[in-house]
Amino acid sequence: MTSPAEAVLFWCLAPLMVLASLGLLFARKAVHATMSVVFVMICLAVLYIANEAPFLGIAQVVVYTGAIMMLFLFVIMLVGVDASDSLVETIRGQRYLGWMIGVGLTIVLLTFLARVSFDQGIGHSATVDQNPTAIARTLLGNYVFPLELVGILLVTAALAALTMTHQRRLHPRVSQKDLADARVAHGRRLTPLPSPGVFAGRNAMDVPALDPDGNPVESSVSRVLRARGQDQVAFVDPDIVQLTEAGESAPATWNRVNANTESAPEAAAPNDSVDKSTPEEQEK
Amino acid sequence: MEYSNYLYLAVLLFCVGAATVLLRRNAIIVFMGIELMLNAANLAFVTFSRMHGDITGQVVAFFVMTVAAAEVVVGLAIIVSIYRSRRTVSVDDVSLLKN
Repeated sequence: MTSPAEAVLFWCLAPLMVLASLGLLFARKAVHATMSVVFVMICLAVLYIANEAPFLGIAQVVVYTGAIMMLFLFVIMLVGVDASDSLVETIRGQRYLGWMIGVGLTIVLLTFLARVSFDQGIGHSATVDQNPTAIARTLLGNYVFPLELVGILLVTAALAALTMTHQRRLHPRVSQKDLADARVAHGRRLTPLPSPGVFAGRNAMDVPALDPDGNPVESSVSRVLRARGQDQVAFVDPDIVQLTEAGESAPATWNRVNANTESAPEAAAPNDSVDKSTPEEQEK
Repeated sequence: MEYSNYLYLAVLLFCVGAATVLLRRNAIIVFMGIELMLNAANLAFVTFSRMHGDITGQVVAFFVMTVAAAEVVVGLAIIVSIYRSRRTVSVDDVSLLKN
């Protein structure tokens, strides 16, 4: 007989476990089924510990909940989360037959169990305090050979999984050198594209860069903005033009107060209207 | 509470797992049904081990866990490779040998 506390634990967990396992039968999405099975596994671990098998309880959490069910989740993510059941019956009457067999099996097993009389039971009162030690003694004493076989089985399974999910590469791998060679062979541009706003009045994304002659460079603006027609015409500073005509080098952009910024229509942005201090801060 | 209540729970879980194997079409869910059956058997092993005061039942449950881990690795690899070649995880669509 068990203690009353264990009975309370059992009667709290067992109905929840059966309900969650029914989720496996009725859940439409595979992820929901997996989560309900994870719940069942954790509850089973609790029941193992209540059943005087603490080592198995911990191994249950580590192996089943931690490794196996997470592997299931990975595979579900790999094959697509919404891979739900097809409703077409390929075998005639399979659904009906499946329900019959399932319910029949339940009835047979339950009535069989009800007709068997179990004695009171001994319990692990002698060994529960040193449970992992006792298991180790049995496992490495009487069951050494099966343990070795299980080790071989695990290695074989790992190799099988590797070979089965291996994919042969059909095309040679394209490296960076191949890409660069192809660019040279086709006469494409070798350097990166110029960034927008270089030498222009502003360095916003939509302002094209200026080339050394002061003409806007189309390719510096993002292709998406150009396709949408959202790119701005390059802002040519009249000061620079004057200086260039006079044959002097223009000072760095951030040292000049841009006279046209306040009058330009782009300056209507809230940022610019609030702070009209220095262009240095506007650049930021 | 009798120890046999655990056995009733194990039987119920086993039957739900068996019904899942029979009724569901998604190979991954069918596989989880098999896992549930293995777990139910484990619960029965642990309960009998406690009933008889013998630790061997727990050792056997431990072996079941190990074999289940190996089985899951191979089974999921098969499911993934079938998905790669046929783009489906439904057990009904894999009928290459038919006709």
